[in-house]
Amino acid sequence: MNTTTQDRPRGRAARTWLPYFLLSPYLLFVLVFVLFPVLFCFFLTFHKWNIIAPMHFIGAANYNRLIHDRLFWKAIGNTLKFLSLHIPLQLGISLLLAQLLNQPIRAKSFFRSSFFLPVIVSGVVVTILWQQLFGFDTGIFNRLLAGIGLPKIGWLVNPDMAIYSIAIMATWKNVGLYVILFLVGLQTVPPQYYEAARLEGASRWQQFFHITLPMINPTIFMVVVLSTIGGFSLFIEPYIMTGGGPLNQTLSAVLYIYKQAFQYYNMGYSATLGFFYALLIMLVVVVQKKMIEKED
Amino acid sequence: MRIQLSIRKSILYAALLIAALSFVYPFIWMMGAAFSPSHEIGKMTVWPAHPTWSNFRSLIGKIPIGRSLINSLLVAGLTTALVLVTGSTVGYALAKMKFRGRQLIFYVIVFTMSLPFQVTLIPNYITMVNLHLVDTYLGLIIPFAVSAFAILMFRQAFQGLPQALIDAARLDGCKEMGIIFRVLWPNIKPTIVTVSILTFIGSWNEVLWPLIVIRNEQLMTMPQLVTLFAVGGRADSQLGVKIAAAVLLALPVMIVFLFFQRLFIQSMASTGMKD
Repeated sequence: MNTTTQDRPRGRAARTWLPYFLLSPYLLFVLVFVLFPVLFCFFLTFHKWNIIAPMHFIGAANYNRLIHDRLFWKAIGNTLKFLSLHIPLQLGISLLLAQLLNQPIRAKSFFRSSFFLPVIVSGVVVTILWQQLFGFDTGIFNRLLAGIGLPKIGWLVNPDMAIYSIAIMATWKNVGLYVILFLVGLQTVPPQYYEAARLEGASRWQQFFHITLPMINPTIFMVVVLSTIGGFSLFIEPYIMTGGGPLNQTLSAVLYIYKQAFQYYNMGYSATLGFFYALLIMLVVVVQKKMIEKED
Repeated sequence: MRIQLSIRKSILYAALLIAALSFVYPFIWMMGAAFSPSHEIGKMTVWPAHPTWSNFRSLIGKIPIGRSLINSLLVAGLTTALVLVTGSTVGYALAKMKFRGRQLIFYVIVFTMSLPFQVTLIPNYITMVNLHLVDTYLGLIIPFAVSAFAILMFRQAFQGLPQALIDAARLDGCKEMGIIFRVLWPNIKPTIVTVSILTFIGSWNEVLWPLIVIRNEQLMTMPQLVTLFAVGGRADSQLGVKIAAAVLLALPVMIVFLFFQRLFIQSMASTGMKD
């Protein structure tokens, strides 16, 4: 290809130089906003620094502090609690709604769009809205409970409940996206499989567990990973709703990292938390991938 | 048999309607609450008996919400434009040019996509301080001006185009920039739309980064301003005002979504399918 231009020496020089010119914005970006930060973050983990005064080398003191930092481990525990409800709920509801939609029905796009509405709206809006829905005296949920004669629930004020309330809200916000992903996944299952199963006399449930589930395994993996990353990135919801309370039960790791850096100005320690936390997230995603591949 | 079938159908539609309502009703309630006088807010009715603009009026008096709307539009618009330009030039080089290190750069891009943001957060803030970009629009735009996801989307789109298109343009004396933006762009409109929607919505809804680099109220983006208003003392005991702020923040995106539902859903679904 391009023999016409490559015959000319100047053309060839331009051609070899050109790709790097086109790539230059990306290379510069990676250098400044990816490579440097990762290295600098690692460097900071060995220092004490409040941004204004000079940096102090303190060896592994930040790591030692991290290991004994009850609040940080609590934040990670909170994230795991969040995920323990969020992932099953997310998978269950989005798969159910996708199954319902994956049939010859009218107004399919209306339903799809309604499920999708919370996905596009800012998390700030959703959080402010759900703060009212969760309200103890005037919230809609407690009014509904009272209406059928059940006791009120302290959605955000009960320390044992608050993180699960946030998990319910996060599920509501994201389910629409996963419905679409599952719909795409369900359409990749060849219809002949179901026909063959029906001829063999397989029930709907058998078809679901032996054909549908194995066939949409890649989508399940994607939903689990995206929900996990979302859960590990939890910030604005507790920031607005609870400030991490009650009793730090909704403190998320990102909120804690943010507070260490921008409330207490412990840049070195905050960087240590961020560095460790990022490694943890990557590890969790790899383990999840291995687990789901094994199930195949 | 026929009756059984129609019962099944009705149950299906009832289930779908209940689900749809549970996603839409809270937003409708929110609209109503924003127009409610304070004594009516706790009610579950859709529309207040005595609707009023007072929540919005007092909101405008308290925070520069109009200015923040312009800030958000500006930041999201410029970010999107930059992501489109950088995404297509880098994507083009990766898809249609042979050069040393191409594979390596491809792997770097895939790696940066899976790198959790928590590791770069603090160092990037410090970079902003050193570049004097704290409290500037550029501080909100530059860290998002290049997107690994957009590059991969454009790379894929360009790979699907025939080389003949490029060769013909070159014979006509077209330069590379002309090839990318005048010859190839008209052929990959769906990709441009997808990248634009995702980048714009992503930038519009971003709130952690603005909280870190912007302290001047006049430069705050809308989600940031509303967040600080909601957690700060200024909205205390004024639920209606807080909800009015949330309504103003939701409205622009909702209106655009109403007109381009299919495009939005297709675009968002493609984020999950990058491989």
